[in-house]
Amino acid sequence: MRMSPSSSGEPGPSGASKGKRRVREQRTKLACVVKRCRAGHPGAGGVLGALFVWCCLFSLAALSLEAQAKNSCLDCHSKFDPPLGINAEDFGSSVHAQKGLLCTSCHGGDSSSDDMERAMSKAAGFRGHIERSQVPALCGKCHSDAAYMRGFNPSLRTDQFSQYQTSMHGKMLARGDTHVAVCVDCHTAHTIHPPNDPRSSVYPANVAQTCAHCHANAEYMKGYKIPTNQFALYSTSVHHDAIAVRGDLSAPTCSTCHGSHGAAPPGVASVERVCATCHVFQQQLFDSSPHKVAFAAMGAAGCITCHGNHAIQHPTDDSIGTANTAFCVKCHVDGDAGYTAAATIHTGLLKLNQEIERSDEILGRAQNAGVEVGPTILALSEARDDLTKARVATHSATPETVQQDTQAGLKVTDKAWQAGQVAMRELKYRRQGLAVSVAAILLVLVALALLIRKIETPSPGETR
Amino acid sequence: MSVWQNAQKWLDERFGLHELREFMEHKTVPQHRYSHWYFFGGMTLFLFGIQVATGILLLLYYRPSPNEAYESVQYIMTQVRFGWLIRSIHSWSANLMIFTAAVHMFSVFFLKAYRKPRELTWLSGMLLLFLALGFGFSGYLLPWNTLSFFATKVGTDIAGQAPIIGKWILVFLRGGEDVTGATLTRFFGFHVAVLPGIATVLLAIHILLVQRFGMSVPPSVEAEWQATPSARHEMRFFPNFLLRELMAWYVALAILGGLAAFKPWELGVKADPFAPAPPGIRPEWYFMFMFQTLKMIPAKIWFLEGELLGILTFGLAFLLWVLLPFFDRGRGGRAQRFIVGAGVFALAYVVVMTFYAYVAK
Amino acid sequence: MLSSEFPYTTNQPKRRHFVEAFLGAGVLASLASFLYPVLRYILPPETAEATTDMVLAGRVGDLKPNSGKIFRFGSRPALLMLTSSGQYSAVSAVCTHLNCTVQYRGDLHSIWCACHNGMYTTDGRNISGPPPRPLEKYEVLLKGEEIYVRRLGNA
Repeated sequence: MRMSPSSSGEPGPSGASKGKRRVREQRTKLACVVKRCRAGHPGAGGVLGALFVWCCLFSLAALSLEAQAKNSCLDCHSKFDPPLGINAEDFGSSVHAQKGLLCTSCHGGDSSSDDMERAMSKAAGFRGHIERSQVPALCGKCHSDAAYMRGFNPSLRTDQFSQYQTSMHGKMLARGDTHVAVCVDCHTAHTIHPPNDPRSSVYPANVAQTCAHCHANAEYMKGYKIPTNQFALYSTSVHHDAIAVRGDLSAPTCSTCHGSHGAAPPGVASVERVCATCHVFQQQLFDSSPHKVAFAAMGAAGCITCHGNHAIQHPTDDSIGTANTAFCVKCHVDGDAGYTAAATIHTGLLKLNQEIERSDEILGRAQNAGVEVGPTILALSEARDDLTKARVATHSATPETVQQDTQAGLKVTDKAWQAGQVAMRELKYRRQGLAVSVAAILLVLVALALLIRKIETPSPGETR
Repeated sequence: MSVWQNAQKWLDERFGLHELREFMEHKTVPQHRYSHWYFFGGMTLFLFGIQVATGILLLLYYRPSPNEAYESVQYIMTQVRFGWLIRSIHSWSANLMIFTAAVHMFSVFFLKAYRKPRELTWLSGMLLLFLALGFGFSGYLLPWNTLSFFATKVGTDIAGQAPIIGKWILVFLRGGEDVTGATLTRFFGFHVAVLPGIATVLLAIHILLVQRFGMSVPPSVEAEWQATPSARHEMRFFPNFLLRELMAWYVALAILGGLAAFKPWELGVKADPFAPAPPGIRPEWYFMFMFQTLKMIPAKIWFLEGELLGILTFGLAFLLWVLLPFFDRGRGGRAQRFIVGAGVFALAYVVVMTFYAYVAK
Repeated sequence: MLSSEFPYTTNQPKRRHFVEAFLGAGVLASLASFLYPVLRYILPPETAEATTDMVLAGRVGDLKPNSGKIFRFGSRPALLMLTSSGQYSAVSAVCTHLNCTVQYRGDLHSIWCACHNGMYTTDGRNISGPPPRPLEKYEVLLKGEEIYVRRLGNA
């Protein structure tokens, strides 16, 4: 049963009183009907009969109360095809409908009237189809009114409209371009859900798809001088994988880096800071690295020059170094300082990785054979931590910084390797023990055979 | 007189030791082309002794509760000095013992050593074989790893299929409706107390009966010896046969040591009752021929459930097998050949089905 | 009287019982190789208990208030903390982001992961940074001076 505080369609104080009046009207109508029935059927079933009739009529009244604040708009418009028609169920599930808003809240008119002329009259404030250029202002009428919004959700922000006006979309709309996104393009017009609702078009996992609606449509974007492959690139990225596959909603989507209402590409200087909202260490290391000054001089943005902006892949140890898979050789050539540094760093990472795998293998073998190496395997995980830290440290572009972590890791792997050797010796010891035992057994077998022969050999002249 | 001779005199005056000595001196073992089969009984006994010894040692460290069982076995394998050796020997020797017991049984069958007057020897021996299988089944659960947990589940499920009493058997075995810690405690009790107690009694009977009646000679050989008395050949048990048996036992020890060192029994992964059964759950090899048969029986035959029919058939087969001495009165002829044929079929079935179970998907 | 040559008579001329001596030595050697492991087995090893689900994490006095220490829990690291209010708390120390080992930061009064700056409360709840899930929380038991840690929900 839908519970609504207001049955009127206008923004402003709740029209609960209006609803109550309507119920009274209905009941009075019903009472008249009952009186007329009873007049025609004196003594019809007596008290029980009257009770029965009252019960039926009450339930009917209750059912019609369900329909409550009458929405005559939907009566017709739910039967049409788009764009004139909307799905009544979808609208009903939207957050606006849940809060008691009706069609008239945005479109104006009189939703209580079944008369089409009256319902859609200018006198009733009917606005009809809202022009795209008017949409942000219309939404903003409520959503920028802090006092009003406090009555619904006090923690909801009320600066969306002002943010929008600073965005690329907002600026171009102001210049008369109605091609750009307005509120309803991202939020939809009639099925708006809060962003934390998985059905919402702006739920983090759905945002990229929503943006791609326009930005991946080459036909639609003709005339604008920006690429349309961002969504395709993003879909291959590690961020997309985090949000869409692993379900980690804290991973970035379009709006995380570009902003939502104030959407605009970050400037060259600010890209690094935007990435740093999550990747703090990498940014700190980068800032202290020789790359910071060099990139600024080149006008190259931090982070994305190596990692890309949309199609960010998970970097591997081969991303740094001098192979053609590495980022470094995009700028560095054989002989320069950066080239040598890259090679050194790469070698260091590879070595630590190899050592970890080598220790892992020998400890695995030992464990399978039943030698206890649990504490050692635990200690080895510290080396893995060191490798992770070393990989982060590569952003310093300084071999010495990276070496601090790789050396620490190598100390651990050394100990693990030694422990593995001890375990292998234990295995050997077992086999040696077995050999001793088997030797003794062989001795006994030979002795037994000899003894049997001795006692069973008949001496000359004697029969068995 | 030496100390040793003094001691013997002391015992003899009280217990009539000389009678025992005379019996031992005169005990003989027939020698013929089938004599080598005589070793298998003693070998089974020897391996049982190994089981008792290693089992007692394992008891010093094992803990029969779901929280601690797996960990205690892991502890034995990795922390206790030579724990890996004791545990692996126990597990391998169990399998070897069941193998030698089966060989012993089939050799007795084909050499017709079950005939009068040795009917009760056969009976006690069959019961001992069932006990051995019970030892194997109950012991298998004790490490509480995934394989053992689910193998027990499947095995008790099948036991629960028995008609009428199946449900009671299942609840009795499991200590409840499902396989839980209660099952583990119960199986532990069976494995270290109940079954050993019964086995001791049955073993005593079985061995005493063997001493009472002596070693049986196969009918064909007996016939030959009747015809040519000089062909009869007997070997003294002490020391000749015993020395040979010692050799066999020492070889078995070497094999067990080698298996423990090169093919240690695996620890597996701790059982998680809430995880789904991993694919490929199956019982130990000595149950495989029955397991495979049940898998291959169609779901329904006439009005009977296939599995139930399979269980009933096996039950009937085992019952007939146990009652064998009462069918075979030694009168030869058609009945004789039928019994031999049945035996060959049984052996072939078990062997083929066991191999097939491992080869089939 | 009992035969002095029991258990067997030999038809060999009497010579030093070479084979018997050989056999005796062999049997002794083999028995020694069997008994040695058994004797070592029955003497308990250093760690006298099979690891149960409860682990000794430390002793009262090991930790100062507002500090933590890593200890081994099963095969993974765990973190034992003593908060400034005097409460002991224990969580898994394996970060839920990429499995680095976390640490307690007294200056932040929170658990911190050095790899990517993930933050958790002392109860293990992930509050900032990349970690997608909280750290597994354990139960802390005090037995006299000893601090034990075990998994939640275990008898």
